[in-house]
Amino acid sequence: MTDIALDRLPQAEPHPSYLTEGHTVASWLLTTDHKRIAVLYVLSITAFFFIGGLAISVVRLELLTPHGAFLTDEEYNRLFTLHGIVMVWFFLIPSIPTTFGNFLLPLMIGAKDMAFPRLNLISWYLFVFAGLMALYTVIIGGVDTGWTFYTPLSTFYANGNVIAAAAAVFISGFSSIATGINFITTTHMLRAPGMHWTRLPLFVWSIYATSLVMVLATPVLAMSLLLIVAERWLGLPIFNPANGGDPLLFQHLFWFYSHPAVYIMILPAMGVASEVLACFARRRVFGYTAMIFSMMSIAVIGFLVWGHHMFVAGQSPYANLVFSFLSFIVAVPSAIKVFNWTATLYRGSITLKAPLLYVMSFIGLFTMGGLTGLFLASVPIDIHVHATYFVVAHFHFIMVGGTVSAFFAALHFWWPKITGRMYPDAWAHYGAMTMFLGFIVTFLPQFIIGYEGMPRRYHVYPEQFQPYNVISTVGALILAVAYLLPLFYLTWSLKYGKLAGNNPWQATGLEWQTTSPPPKENFEHTPVVTEEPYFYEYETHEGKGS
Amino acid sequence: MSEVSRALHEPWPSLARQKEAVSFGVWAFLASEVLFFGGLFLAYTVYRNLYPHGFVAAARETEIFFGTFNTGVLMTSSLTMAVAARAAEGGMRRLTFWCLSATGALGVVFLIAKGFEYHDDIVNRLVPGPNFKLHEQGAEIFWAFYWIATGIHAIHLTVGIVIVGTFAVMLRRRAAPLAGPRYEGAALYWHLVDIMWIILLPLLYLVGRAT
Repeated sequence: MTDIALDRLPQAEPHPSYLTEGHTVASWLLTTDHKRIAVLYVLSITAFFFIGGLAISVVRLELLTPHGAFLTDEEYNRLFTLHGIVMVWFFLIPSIPTTFGNFLLPLMIGAKDMAFPRLNLISWYLFVFAGLMALYTVIIGGVDTGWTFYTPLSTFYANGNVIAAAAAVFISGFSSIATGINFITTTHMLRAPGMHWTRLPLFVWSIYATSLVMVLATPVLAMSLLLIVAERWLGLPIFNPANGGDPLLFQHLFWFYSHPAVYIMILPAMGVASEVLACFARRRVFGYTAMIFSMMSIAVIGFLVWGHHMFVAGQSPYANLVFSFLSFIVAVPSAIKVFNWTATLYRGSITLKAPLLYVMSFIGLFTMGGLTGLFLASVPIDIHVHATYFVVAHFHFIMVGGTVSAFFAALHFWWPKITGRMYPDAWAHYGAMTMFLGFIVTFLPQFIIGYEGMPRRYHVYPEQFQPYNVISTVGALILAVAYLLPLFYLTWSLKYGKLAGNNPWQATGLEWQTTSPPPKENFEHTPVVTEEPYFYEYETHEGKGS
Repeated sequence: MSEVSRALHEPWPSLARQKEAVSFGVWAFLASEVLFFGGLFLAYTVYRNLYPHGFVAAARETEIFFGTFNTGVLMTSSLTMAVAARAAEGGMRRLTFWCLSATGALGVVFLIAKGFEYHDDIVNRLVPGPNFKLHEQGAEIFWAFYWIATGIHAIHLTVGIVIVGTFAVMLRRRAAPLAGPRYEGAALYWHLVDIMWIILLPLLYLVGRAT
């Protein structure tokens, strides 16, 4: 199958690529092409990534000394809140779905575009509007509640601009929901002939599972934020204990979204890992069906574990028991995935290219994040390490070690398809290794200080923790370098990188059968799918696919 | 034929498929909406369990007349909306237009009645705050829910009126084809807004009157 596309290469291209179709600013800002919208998203979330990164750099510098060097308590609170809100809602949640999901979903299933192209563009505008609202919040002085908006802090005691921040997150939720609906409908209605559900690439499945969570969890966050705004702004008592309100209820509503939100972040990363591993091991993903079931069960069980955030918040011990049990259960499908990825590599014909390096780093860090999650899922240990740096380290292993590594894996894997250019592989290797190293140096010490009792969200801490904090800050510097590196060599490759060709990795999947970069309508003729996904073994053994 | 080609958009191969997809997409959106209201209903349930007497006392203060009247208005609008969607399906342009207009008008009637009701509520000191009328524990929370729930419902209804009104005007000016999937989509949304009201009616108006 792949050779069909390669044969076409020497001929004059019949269609201009999506990048050359219109050069005006308006042709970008009014586009309904899913590929251009994906590029718009890449640019916007990159900007937010560096804003959130800048905030945490200042936090890490402040933590170099135990007595607070240059920030007041208030400034410190506002900085880590800014970091949390921007990174969660303006980078991690949209990261892989809105960029690679948008770009690849129609290509992977052989469609011309998303089901609702205009809605897709509206989603981006909503996202940008929400982002501007978040920036406005920062400019008028920021917010100091932490990204979790706990009541009654957020409704009564916080001095910051809670309403503006909540509005920003609320609007970004609309964008999430619209994107999710678009992905689900596209997957159901626009698959090419022969593209059965059991032939979908695992990345498509991961985006599908993610979209279900987006559509069903985000509205609950919207409602909880709305109730906060009603209480703070209009004075309608909902959570205020003085009127008989229950602050714990807010935490239930908030985590009903915010725990599944972690799966919104990690499921697409799992999809990316599956695609990249199969390609560079030249093997069908081990246990393809089990991978689908595990992703879907993560999405479903993920809805039932939110209570493990409230083990020490006064929840009933029986509820604690159930939530603890369910949190252990959700580790089972996650473990299935890790074992299957490893088994995919076993006896594979492995080429160690940059995307694979990033995926290896993803698997390692995700496993560590997942295993420490089991510590936190057991009530007695959670009581000890709750709200310490142990928790901070745990979720950064999942969100940054997991999702961000996979984001970079995807960026390096599909870059030649998106831009038509190759980046310098050696530099990408350095980037991947620096990122892994920087990550470990930053977050491993936080497990130790967390276990020893350093609470999160304080900038003044006992002197015994200083050495670890210094190591952590040095690690953050390395991480900063690792994040800036790709910015340079990828930008360089746009102009000077050698032409990639249609299928530089000899990968299967419909997206590799069209030109790089793809034409506006994706395929010259609607493709007909006749084979299983990841048809690699046959290629290596017999030379060709179909 | 031109009707069909005007209604058909990229990336759909056929109008039937496109219609199916729009309905599917709106259903997915409705699932999201159900979870949105679900958060509110959950919170209501928790507090009603905590403060059953406060909720009964507070719910007696709601204006049952307006609640009943508006339920009738909204149910009638559901009928006209359903007829509009069917008429569009059957290619009956005039009937579609009139039913869409009636739906929008009934929505406006609902909002006007709601406005009078809000006025009475404010006069009766039923806005939570220092001047609040009732003293039972939980009564203030009930009224917080009343304002939030009916407010959110009114916003949803306003969006519905704008959609239905726009569609009616576009149909009148022949700016939109009758064959498109939009009427079915609008009907699905309108019915959701109605159903949410059907749930709000007992929660806000009938709870206090059962005992």
